[in-house]
Amino acid sequence: MKIGVVVFPGSNCDHDCQHVFKDVLGQYVEMIWHKETLLAGLDAIVLPGGFSYGDYLRTGAIARFSPVMAAVKEFAKKGGMVLGICNGFQILLEAGLLPGAMLRNKSLHFICKDISVKVENAATAFTGACQSGQVLKIPIAHADGNYYTDPVTLAAMQANAQIVLRYCTPEGKVTSEANPNGSFDNIAGIINAEGNVLGMMPHPERCSEAVLGNEDGKLIFLSMLESLKGNKKQLKMVGAG
Amino acid sequence: MKAKIHVTLKQGILDPQGKAIEHALDSLGFKNTSNVRVGKYMEVDVDEKDKVKAEAEVKAMCEKLLANTIVEEYRYELTA
Repeated sequence: MKIGVVVFPGSNCDHDCQHVFKDVLGQYVEMIWHKETLLAGLDAIVLPGGFSYGDYLRTGAIARFSPVMAAVKEFAKKGGMVLGICNGFQILLEAGLLPGAMLRNKSLHFICKDISVKVENAATAFTGACQSGQVLKIPIAHADGNYYTDPVTLAAMQANAQIVLRYCTPEGKVTSEANPNGSFDNIAGIINAEGNVLGMMPHPERCSEAVLGNEDGKLIFLSMLESLKGNKKQLKMVGAG
Repeated sequence: MKAKIHVTLKQGILDPQGKAIEHALDSLGFKNTSNVRVGKYMEVDVDEKDKVKAEAEVKAMCEKLLANTIVEEYRYELTA
């Protein structure tokens, strides 16, 4: 598969994303500078973590207007798979590709530690390799992970199974103690209504190798590859491949 | 024209910075303060002599970039 990793000025998790897809999972990876306006032949796009534009004004507020984002929006509109991690999630929110907004962490602290998330929806293209209710240990590192959306949108998302990952205890209990940043409904990751765009605050690319002591994050990437393979198979069957 | 723009969190949105400052004020002896909210103040010079046109531009800037209208509201004033 051909994976595109977008690089904004200030992105700093782009190489980790490249490393997982290329060196750990053996895929072809293209690093895409934010000024590129044409994206061709990509199977999936990743918006990585970091501090694009220094988080100036609001995190992700300026990156959402980068030239490449028009192409990313087109790609998503056509059903292309887009994964936003941390700052990438924030950019997807600012760009309107996902509903809601991020606020400063309730504690006002930048929190950098392993947390647990519960897979609330294992039927998405990004969690297909997980079990429903599975607990994943993934690190977070952010100051603006306090997810907010209005009650009407939240209810719709809940009804539509768009809340994919929730902060929980290591045993899988979704409690306020397990919520590191005050995020509404313990939301750590959400998907759009169409199911092709996912944003998550934790960093799966930091825990996808045995040598790092934690491979839970790899499940997200494996799910994506499985889903892409499935899509290609479907296209072949229909005769479009 | 000079635009003076205030961007603040909408009422009802949790403002932990405001709360932290409120507690700090309280511990400094300012016991009758409440509802501290923190916002952003920006100044933008707009090269447009027509006030109506300039206001429209500033409003568009706020809607599009300067404020996240999901959680923030804005107000501005224009002076020559």
